[in-house]
Amino acid sequence: MTFEELEQLAAEARENREKSPCELNVCVAAGCLSLHSDAVKKSLEEEVKRTGATCRVRGTGCMGLCSLGPLVASEPSGLLYKSVAATDAAEIVENLEGAPVPRLLCSREQPFFQRQNLIVLENSGRIDPEKIEEYIAVDGYQALVHALTEMNPNEIIQEVSKSGLRGRGGAGYPTGLKWSTVAKTAGTTKYVICNADEGDPGAFMDRSVLESDPHRVLEGMAIAAYAVGATRGYIYVRAEYPLAVKRFGTAIREARRLGLLGSQICNTKFNFDMEVRIGGGAFVCGEETALIASIEGRRGTPRPRPPYPAQAGLWDMPTLINNVETFANIPSIVRRGGDWYASIGTKKSKGTKVFALTGKVRNVGLIEVPMGTTLRQIIYEIGGGVPEGHKFKAVQTGGPSGGCIPEQFLDLSVDYESLRELGSIMGSGGMIVMDDSACMVNVARYFMEFCMSESCGKCIPCRSGTAQMYELLTRMTLGTATPRDLELLEELCDMVSSTSLCGLGQSAPNPVLSTLRYFRDEYIEHINEKRCRAGVCECGSAVEVTA
Amino acid sequence: MNPAPAVKTLMIDGKDVSARADQSILDAAREHDIPIPTLCHLDGLSEAAACRLCLVELKGSPRLQPACVTLVEEGMEVTTQSPRLEKYRRMVVELLFAERNHVCSICVSNNMCELQDMAKQLGVTHVRFPYRYPRLPVDTSQERFTMDHNRCILCTRCVRVCMEIEGAHTWGVFGRGVDAHLITDLDIPWGTSDTCTSCGKCVQVCPTGALFEKSKVGMQSQKNPDFLNYLNEMREIER
Repeated sequence: MTFEELEQLAAEARENREKSPCELNVCVAAGCLSLHSDAVKKSLEEEVKRTGATCRVRGTGCMGLCSLGPLVASEPSGLLYKSVAATDAAEIVENLEGAPVPRLLCSREQPFFQRQNLIVLENSGRIDPEKIEEYIAVDGYQALVHALTEMNPNEIIQEVSKSGLRGRGGAGYPTGLKWSTVAKTAGTTKYVICNADEGDPGAFMDRSVLESDPHRVLEGMAIAAYAVGATRGYIYVRAEYPLAVKRFGTAIREARRLGLLGSQICNTKFNFDMEVRIGGGAFVCGEETALIASIEGRRGTPRPRPPYPAQAGLWDMPTLINNVETFANIPSIVRRGGDWYASIGTKKSKGTKVFALTGKVRNVGLIEVPMGTTLRQIIYEIGGGVPEGHKFKAVQTGGPSGGCIPEQFLDLSVDYESLRELGSIMGSGGMIVMDDSACMVNVARYFMEFCMSESCGKCIPCRSGTAQMYELLTRMTLGTATPRDLELLEELCDMVSSTSLCGLGQSAPNPVLSTLRYFRDEYIEHINEKRCRAGVCECGSAVEVTA
Repeated sequence: MNPAPAVKTLMIDGKDVSARADQSILDAAREHDIPIPTLCHLDGLSEAAACRLCLVELKGSPRLQPACVTLVEEGMEVTTQSPRLEKYRRMVVELLFAERNHVCSICVSNNMCELQDMAKQLGVTHVRFPYRYPRLPVDTSQERFTMDHNRCILCTRCVRVCMEIEGAHTWGVFGRGVDAHLITDLDIPWGTSDTCTSCGKCVQVCPTGALFEKSKVGMQSQKNPDFLNYLNEMREIER
């Protein structure tokens, strides 16, 4: 495929779209699908057929505001309908060209949509994720063709370095540096792996991207492969995401059909193909060395680094491993330049970040904001604040490796360094808002239980240490703990984070440490007064029994 | 023939030492009679880096590094003993004792147990963590040997010796976290395993009384993993 051929395909696709200017886009990503958006789509299709309206009904990806699903967008008017039921189809189709249906209307003018800056999610909800032509129509694969025909690998790496993009899996390692390390490592065969083993409780960014715009990730991976000299790629998706697996599989087949994957892509010497590997339900397989072991067909346990995968990764070959969102940023960076990307965000954290905003907040959904946006803007403006009758208490970022941030830090900007200073981490982008009905000791216990059951069991601090911490936290929630238990808990936090083999164990104490830092009073109350101020724990009843 | 690897000089506990570039800190330290405690390491087997007892401090590195898998580097300054390291090492032993049912007085390996020795060596006089007392089985189905899961510390020496030296790959690890445990073949009784050659190497490398020979008690059940060095040396010569 040449640039001209791609342009022609894009033109054809656009022309096709113009034939039926009227469109109804139904979100068929997992969030809305679980609210039966497939039935909505079906009844809209039937209604269009029945009335003979000139309108195309399409299934698209996530539109962001998952709590008001199923969402239907009407084009070209740009109207957005919320909580659509299959029975609303007639009314919507009837009013296609006339007045909107006020009952279902969801304003696009609200801060939830206005405050966002879409790069990774730019096509999400606007194209049919199962049709490669639709991605091409919105300038898809231009970056790949441009990179292959006009740029050398070094120029691409320069551009990525210039963009300041950092790993979106959570640790924030500079992407350009990682790429150049893999590119410089000698090896006959190199691999590119996309880590889509998103396992944090409350996180659904990667799932949404894969379900809504899979070609974007594929294109990013192909560009990465060209830049580092890899010929084979794997995407490791957890089995719990069947829709993402299916859509990415479709994307691979479609790309192969158009010669965007395979041998001699764009008539160059570049060969690249990839396949989907499905995870077996282990959280630890999101750790890169465990993920590699799992792809190799071995038990998914981490190994000590160095050697890093860049030197000896999959089958001991140099391997580039990045997160879904990292790869999804690449086409935009190549197309619009590293300088453009670097102009967004803060000094050390560039670009945008996708967050899965969830918990006790009005607007639950997927958002993308520039780095440096404050937590207050995210929670109160975009998220609409905590629902009536309750007070904000904390926001949890970074999943089981992260921490809880209390109200006094809400004006802090969201970037890698600030979050780390607060004892949390950026993580992959889960953001759970908690109100005063949450007990912080119980929250810490919940995350510890998660780490305990997801520890691979290889190294003793993580295997046995998390179990001991869980036991101590359970005692606190039951009201049977002593001040000595708190001392032991703190000692264990220090020991487990300092001595564990991989990131899972090293960061497992973070939820405890951050809640101890900001909500120590609650721990003391649980231990000394056997009281839970949120009324979640049963420690009060334990007193009655003993009394 | 490969050129001889470069020699590096480094400092371990204030002592200047030299080592080949392909040696680990642990190797270099032991060569110079600097003791670093280990449980999962065994000369002749690959490293698991699982017991975390050999963690050492490196000057200029914020993280502790396992001496068994960290290669020596020119000018490295290693500290193997410090109050912090000793505290962590004691806690590792405490966590191991609290994890399963280690009752020395009724154990075949009493007084010949590496876990027990480690506790003595590190001065662990009692365990501060609540004992978990899990209900664990004992597999006596094998003709000559017994596997007592109550005493296993998951060092995976048996798994590695079976795979790397015997080549049978009978042993494996099953399950996650505190539920992780050893299995033979695809989780069948040891006695029914087709792959086990009854060579007993796993028993000889086991640091505790988890794997032991039947009808041997007391000093008879002393373990001897020295065959590993011999086997590896013979293999070297053949190459």
